[in-house]
Amino acid sequence: MGVVKRLLKSVVLASMGFAGAAYAEYGLNLPEPVSPVTKEIYDLHMLTALVATIIMVIITAVIIYAVVKFRKSAGYEADQNFHMTWFGKWAWILVPVLVLGIDLSIAGKATRTFDLVEDTTTPDITLKVTGSQWKWTYDYMNEDIRLVANLNRDIGVDSDIYLRDTDVEVILPVNQRIRFLHTATDVLHAWWVPALAYKKDSIPGYINETWAIIEKEGVYRGQCAENCGTGHAFMPIVIRAVSEDKYASWVADQQAEKAKAAADAASDKDWTLDELMAKGEKVYAANCAACHQANGEGMPAAGFPALKASQIATKDMVAHLDIVIHGSKKNPVMAAWGNALNDLDLAAVITYERNAWGNNTGESVQPTAVKAAR
Amino acid sequence: MSTDIAHDHEHHGPPTGWKRWLFSTNHKDIGTMYLIFALVMLFLGGASAMMLRAELMFPGLQIVNPDLYNNLLTNHALIMVFGLVMPAAAGMANWMIPMMIGAPDMALPRLNNLSFWLLPFGGLMLIMSMFAPYIAGDTPVNTGWTLYPPLSVQAGIGMDFTIFTLHILGISSILASINIVTTIVNMRAPGMGYMQMPLFVWSWLLTGLLLIMVMPVLAGGVTMLLFDRHFGTSFFDAAGGGDPVLFQHLFWFFGHPEVYVLLLPSIGVLGMVVPTFSRKPLFAYKPLVYSMIGLTALGMVVWAHHQYTVGMSQAVTTYFMIGTILISIPVGYMLFSFIFTMWRGSMTFETPMLFAIAIVLMFSFAGTTGVMLAVVPADLQYHDTYFVVAHFHYALIPGAVFGLYAGVFYWLPKWTGHMYDEKLGKIFFWWTTIAFNVTFFPQHFSGLAGMPRRIVDYSSVFTEFNVISSLGAFAFGASHLLFLYIIIKTVRGGAPAGDMPWDGAQVGTYGLEWTTSSPPPFHTFEQPPVLK
Repeated sequence: MGVVKRLLKSVVLASMGFAGAAYAEYGLNLPEPVSPVTKEIYDLHMLTALVATIIMVIITAVIIYAVVKFRKSAGYEADQNFHMTWFGKWAWILVPVLVLGIDLSIAGKATRTFDLVEDTTTPDITLKVTGSQWKWTYDYMNEDIRLVANLNRDIGVDSDIYLRDTDVEVILPVNQRIRFLHTATDVLHAWWVPALAYKKDSIPGYINETWAIIEKEGVYRGQCAENCGTGHAFMPIVIRAVSEDKYASWVADQQAEKAKAAADAASDKDWTLDELMAKGEKVYAANCAACHQANGEGMPAAGFPALKASQIATKDMVAHLDIVIHGSKKNPVMAAWGNALNDLDLAAVITYERNAWGNNTGESVQPTAVKAAR
Repeated sequence: MSTDIAHDHEHHGPPTGWKRWLFSTNHKDIGTMYLIFALVMLFLGGASAMMLRAELMFPGLQIVNPDLYNNLLTNHALIMVFGLVMPAAAGMANWMIPMMIGAPDMALPRLNNLSFWLLPFGGLMLIMSMFAPYIAGDTPVNTGWTLYPPLSVQAGIGMDFTIFTLHILGISSILASINIVTTIVNMRAPGMGYMQMPLFVWSWLLTGLLLIMVMPVLAGGVTMLLFDRHFGTSFFDAAGGGDPVLFQHLFWFFGHPEVYVLLLPSIGVLGMVVPTFSRKPLFAYKPLVYSMIGLTALGMVVWAHHQYTVGMSQAVTTYFMIGTILISIPVGYMLFSFIFTMWRGSMTFETPMLFAIAIVLMFSFAGTTGVMLAVVPADLQYHDTYFVVAHFHYALIPGAVFGLYAGVFYWLPKWTGHMYDEKLGKIFFWWTTIAFNVTFFPQHFSGLAGMPRRIVDYSSVFTEFNVISSLGAFAFGASHLLFLYIIIKTVRGGAPAGDMPWDGAQVGTYGLEWTTSSPPPFHTFEQPPVLK
């Protein structure tokens, strides 16, 4: 390799290295990778970026040279026989071979990295990630825990984590192989936390797989990366990677809470209006507010009716129970919450809807009534 | 009998008033109408882009709500692709191809009229798609120009109008392509074989064939969408036994060749401009033609590189990766040809040539980011981020739009008989090129940093890139007012152009357009010329 080319290459590499080191502060590059697969992807990206840079430097230099030297105003006469020079005769094969060589230099590493990407075997943890309009639902398949994460709307524009914070963080352990299963309930979504894993689309009717091993504790943020309508920009993801011990105790806590909730739901206790309202508000915020809005006014133009002052939440109790438990036949976007929520949660949220925002029916629904209506 | 009719026609001359335009069967007039339509669409598509960049300049929702934002970005793409680039390229084809090959007009002049007049009605349908949702009280089309189900099945009545728009514009393109291909195949002057055609003619021959092959597939796909929306089918609904990804395959089977449809006419323009201003024939014309044919063929079988994240098998995805990477070979060869046409030429730098050189540089850059995107594992990070937006704007604006601008400056003297103002042309070139780069270069970085596409609002960490990009965009938009001014000024007057205003124009495989006057008479080449 000629001296000039070597010098050029070291300048480029140095600037790449600089860019690489500076990624954390300036955000000029992919976020710092913390999983083996994102690390390999990062290296592959740097390779292709390097190749791209070298090609552009060469092309730019050639064009600048041509534009300066071969100009009529400098008196240069066009060489009408250029096509008969050695170069003119052999370029037609030289160029394809050269480009093919460049292509092959990246194809090898690309296929090896792709093998690593597709290797979703032997996971320690399987996390099913379901995209809906417009929130993420996480099911820890073996631990039998479910989390629902919505955008945290209390964070304003001035914050660093505006549109990047959720009401519920997804807790995962470091150094364990995590297999993510991706699907969706309504339209296409894509779950993307760039530091942890590459993206695969969440498609209703499909299950796609990605994997990661989180090698560093910390908080990792991402957001939905496939246009899913009105709330596409408002579906963030927050992963908190903790030590394996902390994770184990979190799992135990979650399962204890779940057992308690199930016991509450199954009990014969008569719940007061206040208890139901308090619980219902939480259930509503986690599950219903994304579409029907925190103020109950919905987005009628988008097909999400208002609950405030609505017929169904103030008058027709039977229809209200039916639509929440069984979903809407007319508008399938309204899911059958009977499958996702237990009797107590359903009773609480329906009670909340019948009394919030000035609806004030004074009615309350007990879990036994929900059970009967299923 | 037929000679009598022709005789009569000459005595009457062309019709005057609105009939001249509505009933036109003249390739020059129809070309002019296509170009004016495209110019109007340039400003409509540009206005929607200005609104997008105004909203995105700072985090927070300032100007538009999420649905309107997504609707604007959908229409921005549809207008620019179907309203600007394709009609402008068709307009240049109409004006120039018959004159280049020495034909009196297009093969099917009345079909030509229909092809054009479908466009304003398609445009009207698109405008209706924007307003109908507000009348019907449902959501505007918010899917992006790719119209992916299930979101597009959810959308309101605006989507139906969009589907009909695509039907109409698609028919227009198919008919125009049939016309152009037939003209090129059948009506070349005696002595002009395929390997003596100007490159612009080759590029439209390939573009026309591509459109005939793939436009019907888009029509089929959006019709299936219409059926899913209204007639109870489940082509794209998993619950009914269908598959949302099927639509993606149908769309991109059209969509990838479509980018070559957008690109090739501009490459054709470069193939005229670069030899002219280098005063030297195109370097290696035959291999260049073969690589364009190869590009067309290969471009038909790599569509799923737009779908690396949907969950295709590793084997199939690897095939698409390899095919896509291999496209760099014919594309590289094409750019190489232009560079070595310039090499050891005797160059001057009028506005068309300035655009041509900038195109070669910036489109090469798009090619390099394209190879980066072709690599599947890396794309699994880049996909659906601003890195992709930056890539395709570097491919489409230099590759398609600036090519059209080069064509406009190159051929305005022929069309109007007047030279455009060279100083203003150069100002426009520098203004638009610098502003374009300020707009789109930062988007590579915001994409890598994690900013997805098609979002109305974003996290504060992406602010700086978006501010720079928006400022560049406003400058880029404003430059087009100068462009409009230059065009109007040239139409109204200017230094007389003469038959051949560019002294290097008849070099290599040149066409016959420079043997006509500027502007040419209403009918040219009524007798076929004989080529030496």
